[in-house]
Amino acid sequence: MTHGESKVLRVASLARVEGEGALHLRIHDGEVAEARLKIYEPPRFFEAFLRGRSSTEPPDITSRVCGICPVAYQMSACRALEDARDIVVGERLAALRRLLYCGEWIESQTLHIYFLHAPDFLGGDSIIDLARTHRTQVERGLALKQAGNAIVELLGGRAIHPVNARVGGFHRVPTRAELRPLEERLRRARDDAEATVRWVAGFDFPDTGIDNELLALAEPGTYAIDSGTPTAMTAPSSAGLPADTDRALPTRTFPLATFPDHVIETQVPHSTALHSRLDGRRHLTGTLARYAISGRWLPPDVLQVAGDAGLGDPRAGTVCRNPFRSIIIRAVEVLYAVGEALRLIDTYEPPPRPYVDVPDRAGTGHGATEAPRGLLYHRYTLDTDGTVTEAALVPPTAQNQAAIEQDLLHTVQERLRTGPHPTDAELTALCERVIRNHDPCISCSAHFLDLSVDRD
Amino acid sequence: MPALSDRRPQLGVWKFASCDGCQLTLLDCEDELLGIAEQVEITYFLEASSAPGPGPYDLSLVEGSVTTAEDTERIQHIRAASDRLVTIGACATAGGVQALRNYADVAEFQAAVYARPDYIDTLATSTPISAHVPVDFELRGCPIDRGQLIEVITAYLAGRTPDVPAHSVCFECKRRGTVCVTVAHGTPCLGPVTHAGCGALCPAYNRGCYGCFGPSNSTNFPSFIPLLRRDGMDTLDVVRVLRTYNTAAPEFDAAVRKELPG
Ligand code: SF4
Ligand code: SF4
Repeated sequence: MTHGESKVLRVASLARVEGEGALHLRIHDGEVAEARLKIYEPPRFFEAFLRGRSSTEPPDITSRVCGICPVAYQMSACRALEDARDIVVGERLAALRRLLYCGEWIESQTLHIYFLHAPDFLGGDSIIDLARTHRTQVERGLALKQAGNAIVELLGGRAIHPVNARVGGFHRVPTRAELRPLEERLRRARDDAEATVRWVAGFDFPDTGIDNELLALAEPGTYAIDSGTPTAMTAPSSAGLPADTDRALPTRTFPLATFPDHVIETQVPHSTALHSRLDGRRHLTGTLARYAISGRWLPPDVLQVAGDAGLGDPRAGTVCRNPFRSIIIRAVEVLYAVGEALRLIDTYEPPPRPYVDVPDRAGTGHGATEAPRGLLYHRYTLDTDGTVTEAALVPPTAQNQAAIEQDLLHTVQERLRTGPHPTDAELTALCERVIRNHDPCISCSAHFLDLSVDRD
Repeated sequence: MPALSDRRPQLGVWKFASCDGCQLTLLDCEDELLGIAEQVEITYFLEASSAPGPGPYDLSLVEGSVTTAEDTERIQHIRAASDRLVTIGACATAGGVQALRNYADVAEFQAAVYARPDYIDTLATSTPISAHVPVDFELRGCPIDRGQLIEVITAYLAGRTPDVPAHSVCFECKRRGTVCVTVAHGTPCLGPVTHAGCGALCPAYNRGCYGCFGPSNSTNFPSFIPLLRRDGMDTLDVVRVLRTYNTAAPEFDAAVRKELPG
């Protein structure tokens, strides 16, 4: 790029993400001065209109924030509303919730792998294109996604905005016999999931890394999905290491009730999604964070497959900070969720009642679970008759936005320094890939890409 | 050059303010997706494809409600470029849950969610697509039903009107053989006034219908509301349940206005 060159680039819309957004790049003298991810999904004001609703309503209402991860919203809402009344549901109900959540993990992560992300590695603009060149794989992806949907449909009634979850448990719980038909399907899904890990592990990955803190729930002994304590892993630069270091760094935890003191949301002029900082620093939630924090608790057979796929051994302190490789971790998470679902079905005992009573009482409750895209936090304040007086939702993408911008800045900078002068189309494609690596879900504002580049 | 009959119909899928759930329903048609893609050319579908085509479109499926000044213009362009335009879901058909702002002070809503409301560009209302452009067909549901979506797409491909019944959820309950939760347990249920399509899901899961498919073609609120009261709902409960996912549907809106004093 010649000295002082100035240029503006615009790309109308970002594809294969959930929601709508734009990207603004300012390039000065061949250096990226600024990368702003603009989320322009029109605001939908959930937190405002939840006020005045009954305490029974947030699970159903907040599921409408996102059609891709409705179960995550339902589960975080239920946990927060139960917490406000000091209720913890019993083990059997908790197991059934985890089973429902495994269903969403399988279908949502598979959607991202096959529909949104794989075309970046294989060429082609959509899964329909892929179906022409990779028919067997695409059919496998569809079957795998369907297996996840089958769980959500059986437990929840339908795959999008299921109707069966409620504060305290479920409206109706299945019998053992009702769950049985899922088993056969999930056994096939396990083969498909394993084949998926091997498939994506063979893609071509650029060497790169991200330098920010990683935040996920942790529940020692298990791979956290539906509960856990917020746990943050130090950023490489704070430890004086390069961004792509694969060493596990020190972690710290904080009680969920103090989440609002640690994760502070701020508003930026260019986005309808709020930005947030973890103790003043950029952080990333989601697949990379979960694997870094909970990877060592995966069952040995899953760890074996992950190791063979080149992810190293989390028990020996290896973590993956390469966002391009998140597709492999996502596939490992699907494999895990399939196995976990089979285990939960195998050990399922119908709870004595479909739900526990959650009597009304004034209070504030916090709930967080691991949505496929990352940690999803809800807080509700209730008055004595159970009316919601205040609601706060902190979705993963809002937390990740700053880290994604940093990753964009870094990646574009690398490209400008090392390769030949990129065309606008090349830059757009690169940025879209970087963004898709993080699987942002922008319908929560909370959407995709309109690239403008100012070169001056 | 391909013969004219070889030209596959062009499908566009568009999004306004929404949760993406209704578009996702198309991707959730795992068994039919590749078949559909052989019959139509999915020309514009940002969620699924990064190669948007310019149109014109034989069939446009529109999700989401109109909430910004820019949206009001975009929907005009989509209408002009589309032969048939079908709205999918409660947002596109009845304003969606975000239409709750229509009854509130949006400035106050903005201030409640955003520290700098002045950064946010939004209209004071969330309105259905039909408030802006003529619509050929409205598919109900929050979210829409997969079976009904396939029926709508195949019907338009075959040049016929979609066969989507407009009777109430109660009919589907009877067909499914589900015990009526109102009769058996005194559970308040919106089934009698709600549009069919879900297969009477909620009663099958032991809960009352909460109206996510919006009003059926013949609603009788004067006799229905007393039933809700009998089953323990007070005015506030009635208002809340009607003002949720299909809050801007005229039938639900009129029923609420009757309930509210003043
Ligand atoms: S109608 Fe419901 S399911 Fe469809 S996009 Fe709107 S909120 Fe989502
Ligand atoms: S029963 Fe009512 S609320 Fe439940 S899915 Fe059907 S239309 Fe929606």
